[in-house]
Amino acid sequence: MAAEPKQKGQIKEPLFHITKRDSIAWQKAWLIRIGAILFALVFSGIVSFLLTKENPLSIYATMLDGAFGTERRVWNLMQSLAMLLCVSVAVTPAFKMRFWNIGAEGQVLAGGLATAACMILFGNKLPSPLLLLVMLIVSIAAGAVWAVIPAFFRAHWQTNETLFTLMMNYIAIQLVSFFVYKWSVPKGSGQVGIINRATHAGWLPTLGKYEYLLNILIVLLVTVTMFVYLKYSKHGYEITVVGESENTARYIGIPVKKVIIRTMLISGAVCGIAGFLLVSGTDHTISRDTAGGRSFTAIMVSWLAKFNPIFMVLTSFLLAFLDKGASQVSTQLGLNKSFSDIITGIIIFFIIGCEFFIQYKVQFREKEAKAS
Amino acid sequence: MMLANFLQRAIMQGIPLLYGSTGEIITEKSGNLNLGIPGIMYVGGISGVIGAFFYEQHAASLNPVLAVMIPLFCSILGSLLMGLIYSFLTVTLRANQNVTGLALTTFGVGVGNFFGGSLAKLAGSDIPSINLTQTSGFFRKQLFAAGDSGWFGQIFLSHSFLAYASIVISLVTAYVLSHTRIGLQLRAVGENPATADAAGINVGKYKYFATCIGSVTAGLGGLYYVMDYANGVWSNDGFGDRGWLAIALVIFAVWRPNFSILGSILFGGLYIVHMYIRNLDVSGQELFKMLPYVVTILFLIVISMRRKREAQPPAHLGQSYFREER
Amino acid sequence: MEANTANYAEPAAADRSVPAIHLEHITKRFGAVTANDDVSLTVYHGEILSILGENGSGKTTLMNMISGIYYPDHGKIFVDGEEVVIRSPKDAFRYKIGMIHQHFKLVDIFTATENIVLGLKEEGRFSLKRAAGRVRKICNRYGFDLDPNKKIYEMSVSEKQTVEIIKVLYRGADILILDEPTAVLTPQEAQKLFAVLRRMRDAGKAIIIITHKLHEVLSLSDQVTVLCKGRYAGTVNTAETNESQLTEMMVGRKVTLNIDRSEPKNPTDRLIVKGITCKNREGAELLHNVSFTARSGEILGIAGIAGSGQRELLEAIAGLQHVDGQILYLNPSTNQSDDLRDKTPEQIRELGVRLSFVPEDRLGMGLVGNMDIVDNIMLRSYKKGRSIFLERKAPKSLAEKIIRDLEVVTPSTATPVRRLSGGNVQKVLVGREIAAAPTVLMAAYPVRGLDINASFTIYNLLNRQKESGAAVIFVGEDLDVLIELCDRIMVISSGRISGIVDARTATKEQIGLMMTQNTAEGGESHGSRA
Repeated sequence: MAAEPKQKGQIKEPLFHITKRDSIAWQKAWLIRIGAILFALVFSGIVSFLLTKENPLSIYATMLDGAFGTERRVWNLMQSLAMLLCVSVAVTPAFKMRFWNIGAEGQVLAGGLATAACMILFGNKLPSPLLLLVMLIVSIAAGAVWAVIPAFFRAHWQTNETLFTLMMNYIAIQLVSFFVYKWSVPKGSGQVGIINRATHAGWLPTLGKYEYLLNILIVLLVTVTMFVYLKYSKHGYEITVVGESENTARYIGIPVKKVIIRTMLISGAVCGIAGFLLVSGTDHTISRDTAGGRSFTAIMVSWLAKFNPIFMVLTSFLLAFLDKGASQVSTQLGLNKSFSDIITGIIIFFIIGCEFFIQYKVQFREKEAKAS
Repeated sequence: MMLANFLQRAIMQGIPLLYGSTGEIITEKSGNLNLGIPGIMYVGGISGVIGAFFYEQHAASLNPVLAVMIPLFCSILGSLLMGLIYSFLTVTLRANQNVTGLALTTFGVGVGNFFGGSLAKLAGSDIPSINLTQTSGFFRKQLFAAGDSGWFGQIFLSHSFLAYASIVISLVTAYVLSHTRIGLQLRAVGENPATADAAGINVGKYKYFATCIGSVTAGLGGLYYVMDYANGVWSNDGFGDRGWLAIALVIFAVWRPNFSILGSILFGGLYIVHMYIRNLDVSGQELFKMLPYVVTILFLIVISMRRKREAQPPAHLGQSYFREER
Repeated sequence: MEANTANYAEPAAADRSVPAIHLEHITKRFGAVTANDDVSLTVYHGEILSILGENGSGKTTLMNMISGIYYPDHGKIFVDGEEVVIRSPKDAFRYKIGMIHQHFKLVDIFTATENIVLGLKEEGRFSLKRAAGRVRKICNRYGFDLDPNKKIYEMSVSEKQTVEIIKVLYRGADILILDEPTAVLTPQEAQKLFAVLRRMRDAGKAIIIITHKLHEVLSLSDQVTVLCKGRYAGTVNTAETNESQLTEMMVGRKVTLNIDRSEPKNPTDRLIVKGITCKNREGAELLHNVSFTARSGEILGIAGIAGSGQRELLEAIAGLQHVDGQILYLNPSTNQSDDLRDKTPEQIRELGVRLSFVPEDRLGMGLVGNMDIVDNIMLRSYKKGRSIFLERKAPKSLAEKIIRDLEVVTPSTATPVRRLSGGNVQKVLVGREIAAAPTVLMAAYPVRGLDINASFTIYNLLNRQKESGAAVIFVGEDLDVLIELCDRIMVISSGRISGIVDARTATKEQIGLMMTQNTAEGGESHGSRA
């Protein structure tokens, strides 16, 4: 922690000197990251051992078992990976533009709420394909609206988007609570229960015997589309330029305000899709926990993957695996399921921390290399 | 008296928010946007619970002073560690503040719920749930004898020492921020670290201290919640979204701890007002609960439109400082 | 070099026989560049010394060594006759040296007093009231006009400067260094500042001001030390010198560069700027009634001290700056004229105007440092076509062509431009801008920081554009280059045009004088319109 040069003695050289790296070979960067993950796993092993007094190796084995032990578990893992990936992909265009959209929770809920509303209101009135289409469109619109509100104010008045989107989450949560009580079955129970349990109206169809396959395929499609959009489309290019330098964007004639609003619209729309998939394809119900804090994890997933949707498959796999694995550990040992949050937190701390060694070079006391 | 009762409850609701927002203000004044506050408040609460739990388990009879001091000390230690994690990652390693903060919240809420749910089992005791009524009794002790007499007593004198402490802490913070050299230098760090650095202020040190002191303050909010408000009964996720509400309160108080005293009571009131409105069904109550957030957003929009400089967030909020940048 | 201290009204406490600051043979190098080469100077208490030199002549570097920001490679520094080592601004303060930089270091939402005491560890209880009292005392003593409780963001530039000066005085400085203090001031404010500086001198302070404005030197200082391209060009008594001697010392002997220059081929009016005026947020005029014509097939040079309005002028034409007046573009293909004023860059492009602009801030505006060469080349053209997808093939081959033709040194086209050297960055930027076959090409300081070879590459590129019929506008700082490269040179001074001269007949002294005058109205007072 002696990184800050000491203020006292004027000639005293600091113990080490930190400079920003110009570049780093990607192999080396990944070596540092993988090293950090391994360190983190060892560290979490130690923590688990201290808490449970179990052999760390058996804990790792339990984690693997929890994630891959049965076919059912693999599917569950894939499903939760897919949902996390979907939200991560959704927040990415905004982050690429340096717009801190931490309101994905609310945008997902808005989408989910719209989906649930369609299922409840039109459930037995529309033919199934049409119903699904209406649900999809309405939930995309709901997510987009939830995201465009803060974007509009940020674009025009520089309103702090981090705090704005954060607050929007809780408005969405309360809105959902409101409707949950309105729709609760039986009345007053505070739970909607499975919607259209008998008719399965508005349920995303299962492909063959695989319950979540369609979800996963849709998320993959969204991910690839987003990758292509960000990397190969003119919009994606504009997002990068605005994110890197608004000054350059203006110089070149990119309408910055329009790009901010449009990008958040897309971000929110994809969150809306995630909400749709959660309600129509997974839970078949709605509650204030439908988004389940995924959007906060998603921010880390997106950031860890350097905003590249393809890498996000890996980072969301890592986090989904930790979640499932650690839950298994806690079930087996009769501990609280929040055990997985602790492990997730530890791993993320390590990965965040290791970025420092990729971005900066630490030089120990040396002869003064450069003037100034 | 319904109004007196309402105000008393509003204050009790407001105290954790006041702790949280005062802590976050101290932190944000140094330019650190700590979104880990909700997690820190969980940790502050559960650390106190752990301390009290072991003391209750091991002591034959409880010493009132120790019964308060042990949980207090544990709570401070727990939140201090959280603050150190945040500072180390964002100040020393210059990690992204938003990501670090959110990870800290995940971690902190996880720690709270994990120990809340598993503490008894880990300690090998057969109690089904943690119930620290005895310790809570010491925490809840009314400071003034007149607490029960009349509306004035009920509103203002019926609270425990942690409640009054929160008000004292935010008043002291307000004073330090605006009237002392340390406060001036801290604000300079959050506004313009390069200028502060040029003036010979150790930017890193100020960020560390502010973040850690802020964390400890916020953690006390968690302790108050579980020991006073919840009668020493820890329930998982019971603390809810109060941590985020505390962050909202920072905006509402325009980064001034003395404003957040009234703000916290207002938010506390908004949080429970639905219980005092007659003929309101459950779903209507849920709508009312969104009020603090709506108010905050409106406030955020207004201050950004008016562009009044004193009402803006610290100029360098959310960015890490590296002297040799550019 | 003895100061004529006898002239001063009031004897000060400090010893005036020993120099307050004495520099001996100071040399400072940055890599291959020598910023200061064997420079010596002396200033006494109760004296104002001007350091005169063009942009980039090493004035600021020299002063930064006195104030502890840089450390000299060779040479000695004496303060009050004793040799000292100054390694940090704190050391400088210990020797009672205070420097007022061009870029203010102030916290915007603090008051003047809060900024002044920031970082100080005064004895006793912290009291802003008492500090404000001390600030007021300093103000009264030297005649500053400042409200100690005013917030910085409510202040004019001149008030902010006052805060910076008082900050230094409050810390007890006896030796004050001011870096281009009048660059940001109106003439009236400058006069006020000079009055204050004279009062401080009379109170026994030693004052060094860095400047390139001759009239300031003559009206304010007692001694002048002139730097020319990092070298010491001499010290003269202000009373015994005049503008032309100083100009000669400052610009140095004429250097022949041998830049090829062709005769303009049937120049026609392309861009007619009529009476544009531009104000900053505080209402100060950055451009005043600027009118000129840029013609196809010729290079119009713009000479002037940095910050005289060049940037605003080019940005106004490029659609990035609001101005009053008219900017007429005569379209060669349609023979129509369009007013470009207050159009966005996109609207200008839609009008069919092929306007290229090489801005001063290469990586902050012209290019995106973290994007690779191809993506940067694409900035101008990415919108082409109706496809929603980017077309990277043409930009890639253009990038390869630019790399080949301009000899850009880079590992590949996929290298982020941030990692290229300054010269190569500029080649990418200029290469992209001329690839659009512009009818108007504006370049702001395109050779700043470039070595000789890279500079000549740029000159040749500009010449080729001129020959192919573009109207080229070149903002430069090196007068030798302007004279050899351009066809006409427009001189700008404090946002006003002081004249347009024929580059083939103009002299450096003539241009140098026009650059520093601040009284001329209109554009016809000096030289002839070519």
